[in-house]
Amino acid sequence: MTVTCWRSSTSSAGGNWPLSCGPHADTDPAMTDTASTDTWTVAGRNFTSRLIVGTGKYKDFAQNAAAVAASGAEIVTVAVRRVNVMDPTQPVLTDYIDPKKITYLPNTAGCFTAEDAIRTLRLAREAGGWDLVKLEVLGEARTLYPDMRETLKATEVLAREGFLPMVYCVDDPIAARQLEEAGAVAVMPLGAPIGSGLGIQNKVTIRLIVEGAKVPVLVDAGVGTASEAAVAMELGCDGVLMNTAIAEAQDPVRMARAMRHAVIAGREAYLAGRMKTRKYADPSSPLAGLI
Amino acid sequence: MTAELNLTVNGEPRRTGAATVADFVRELGLKVAKVAVELNGEIAPRSTLEDVRLNDGDVLEIVHFVGGG
Repeated sequence: MTVTCWRSSTSSAGGNWPLSCGPHADTDPAMTDTASTDTWTVAGRNFTSRLIVGTGKYKDFAQNAAAVAASGAEIVTVAVRRVNVMDPTQPVLTDYIDPKKITYLPNTAGCFTAEDAIRTLRLAREAGGWDLVKLEVLGEARTLYPDMRETLKATEVLAREGFLPMVYCVDDPIAARQLEEAGAVAVMPLGAPIGSGLGIQNKVTIRLIVEGAKVPVLVDAGVGTASEAAVAMELGCDGVLMNTAIAEAQDPVRMARAMRHAVIAGREAYLAGRMKTRKYADPSSPLAGLI
Repeated sequence: MTAELNLTVNGEPRRTGAATVADFVRELGLKVAKVAVELNGEIAPRSTLEDVRLNDGDVLEIVHFVGGG
């Protein structure tokens, strides 16, 4: 194994970092496997697809379902809301995306306090019958940045109640560690604000979180197009979660397919271990035997 | 049929003759298996909905999954 990584070589901590980073054969079991057996595990559950997609903002349920199928995602996030008691005959998400085939990951979008988020997830657990949930406690409407004080508090309570919280958080390696200690089964730092499509703003902090975490790390929010999903995977993340990048594309189903390929490509590139960069050219054809 | 009860359902006043939470959910045209119910601030476990009786003044939240990121 000749992958150059900042972790294992103090002399290479120069301009290449963090893109010169790759996996460690001793710590990453996926290293020895082929792509087809490259799975990841969260809270003891195995998944093949490293792409989690949201189910908001679509034109209709049919388009949403087609996009989920094209993305290859095995997990979708869903929100918990009051039923429409005035018109209960309206179509519902579960009619189009079968929770028996696709894992529903209930979220706490729209919650601004730990209390609201916990209440929402208690209801979600009752509605869905499972413990794996996405916790997000928002700090303000303008940026939708997470409120980490409330997020940490909610994580502790949920873990105590037997939930398995995957937690949306700031791209801060210390906050990520604290969440892990509090019982988060995955940490999900933002790449950029929710719905912004700005791409990963701080690759360094995402990489630091990956290097420090013992639980899966997924970039949640900020990805706008396929190359940005690939960047998240090349940084060593276990997965990517996105909604708007697909739902607001001109052709959501096609973008969903693009994201599937991007996540696979980024993961493969990470496992392959990228070449070292040089300041000057290095010819790819032999110099000997020139005419 | 029991006397009509006054309830607050998802923030709105509502009257019902339903005796249990499950009866009331069905009266609304909803499937018990697809919703979760909070009764007076406490989760009402789905397995108990057939047995939990409604009382005048009860406050219910009835939720389900919708699209979200």
